[in-house]
Amino acid sequence: MTNTSPGLSYPADMELWGIDEPLRVVGADGKRTGAADPRYPDDLGSEGLRRLLTDMVVTRRLDVELVRLQRQGQLALFSPCLGQEAAQVGVAAAMMPEDWLFPQYRELGMFVARGIDPVGIAMMWRGAYHGGRGLIEKKTMPMCIVVGAQVPHAAGYAMGVKLDGATEVVVAVMGDGALSEGDVHEAFNMATVFDLPCLFVVQNNQWAISVPPQTQTHSTTLAQKAVAYGMPGVRCDGNDVLATYSVTAESLRRIREGGGPMLVELVTYRRGPHTTSDDPTRYRDQAELEHWAALDPVDRYRRHLEGEGLWGEPEEEAVGKVAEEAAARLRAEVYDAPDPPVTELFDLVFSKPTKELEHQRAQLESSLTWNEP
Amino acid sequence: MVGALNAALGDAMERDSKVLVFGEDVGRLGGVFRVTEGLFERFGPTRCFDTPLAESGIVGLAIGLALRGYRPVAELQFDGFSYPALDQVINQLAKYHLRSGGLVELGVVVRIPSFGRIGSPEHHSESPETYYAHTAGLRVVCPSAPADAYSMLREAVECPDPVIFLEPKQRYWAKQDLELPVRTEPFDHAVIRRAGDDVTLVAYGGAVAVALSAAEEAESQAHVGVEVVDLRSLSPIDFDTLVASVEKTGRCVVVHEAPRTLGVGAEVAAVIQERAFYHLEAPVLRATGFDTPYPPARLEAQWLPGVDRVLDAVEAVWSY
Repeated sequence: MTNTSPGLSYPADMELWGIDEPLRVVGADGKRTGAADPRYPDDLGSEGLRRLLTDMVVTRRLDVELVRLQRQGQLALFSPCLGQEAAQVGVAAAMMPEDWLFPQYRELGMFVARGIDPVGIAMMWRGAYHGGRGLIEKKTMPMCIVVGAQVPHAAGYAMGVKLDGATEVVVAVMGDGALSEGDVHEAFNMATVFDLPCLFVVQNNQWAISVPPQTQTHSTTLAQKAVAYGMPGVRCDGNDVLATYSVTAESLRRIREGGGPMLVELVTYRRGPHTTSDDPTRYRDQAELEHWAALDPVDRYRRHLEGEGLWGEPEEEAVGKVAEEAAARLRAEVYDAPDPPVTELFDLVFSKPTKELEHQRAQLESSLTWNEP
Repeated sequence: MVGALNAALGDAMERDSKVLVFGEDVGRLGGVFRVTEGLFERFGPTRCFDTPLAESGIVGLAIGLALRGYRPVAELQFDGFSYPALDQVINQLAKYHLRSGGLVELGVVVRIPSFGRIGSPEHHSESPETYYAHTAGLRVVCPSAPADAYSMLREAVECPDPVIFLEPKQRYWAKQDLELPVRTEPFDHAVIRRAGDDVTLVAYGGAVAVALSAAEEAESQAHVGVEVVDLRSLSPIDFDTLVASVEKTGRCVVVHEAPRTLGVGAEVAAVIQERAFYHLEAPVLRATGFDTPYPPARLEAQWLPGVDRVLDAVEAVWSY
């Protein structure tokens, strides 16, 4: 990683990259930005490079399916990630399987890239389970609805990793709005004071429901906030999956080697609504949407792989089939899925239900039996 | 009591290397009440450490450590300063076990020096128990004497559930001859502190001492036999012990410093009328703080439920 901000000079613990222009290795035209850019992730190999596009295409297809399921009354709500596929897949692909992810809730691309069954994600949005299912098994904590609340958890977990002398890195993911939350400040502060193996990833998708970054902060960029905490900050083009992968991989390497926490801002755009209950036409222009649609991360990366001779008709056909199958399976398993028994709630309040909870469960159970036709 | 709590932390840390003690000023200073005195020197800065001034972050850190398999014991310096951490306590700590589908346990202890009667400035004398007890997923306990302080804190650290451990500041300097380690009744059991046949007085924390003084006075002055029940656990409440006492006495008064409306006394009164209605000789009364903000220090003696207010209530249920 090289410093692309020659005008800025900071001490070693206040390194900043990408402030003037976000780091990227593939331009909007799909071509490499530099012929021999050392940040280009050659280590991925052609299979790894194709895998990124596969995950992005599958994510987009599942995203569409989840919106449809919501429109058909199968999900109570959904927060689409359209436009953020590169930022999400790039981060997750750079993580080691043993690294822990502390997500917010709009992280479908990360879940797909980590091999988490989308059915477990859909079941949260369906209103069947809090937090989702099948995440912890893939070293990913349950989805967190309170914005930024997961970030101090990541710091605490990272402290445990450090105490254990282990080499995992803990990745906390949040959006631009989260940086206004006190919990995020407290977590950044704790992580730097205690020098914890924690990577903070901000997906700056330009909108926190209806509020743009200029209303959230007077800082020009989000990455520069890292300076005040005494950690390195990187601003990266989040619609460039290879730059995202490369920046994340390099950050994780530095943290794993004891370099302390880092902050990465991924500049991207939420092209869909905040959730299926939102109407973004009330607060943003069509022109802005069109601007970002032209910078679509999936099209851009597909063009890039085509240009590199790594993608063509057969690959497109194969990935389309994978995506359709994934969407069909999701639909089949979510549509009219049976609800978990309501009595399960009583078993999960404490490690063992109290006498009062047993009593209340019995009360509910008897009323349910009574009401059965 | 400070010594008993300190010994409990030290013994818990000795027994289990996963036990970590942290919070504001708990390291070199040993805590503003000296509850953590000597732990920093004895166990080193990775096991007992100061955090930045950030209550929400402290609880968030504790959650993360528990997810990793540690046994964090976090101190929030004063009751009133526990409120900035409410989101982490109510939305995260209390619900994480359920949110994980039961896959992770949140064995976190949050110690909070609580309640008044120590002449402090604003926000240092709050009674926060109802906020916590009203939240599903939290155990809320409150010792009233040094032996319980030791035993209940040891049990809290060993408990796989989140425990809000309310320490009555006014009892910090209470003395009791103890041989440690001492184990008293399980921490979710109520205990009869004084037997009596005529009126049941229900209290917890610092109010237990007030209730016991009132009981002595009632006995010596009016020959009324007062039974004092120390709740110890405010979530869950041991209603079996409580109801058995009221079935015997037929009369009940609840004492707490917290404002009256929707306090622990309201729940106690509701359950007693549900479960012991035909045993009651009088309505359940409450001798409590008032529905005002906690008063400035010079006014607290008048505001707090003292022996006189408790005796008035005992007299009222006795003569009903």
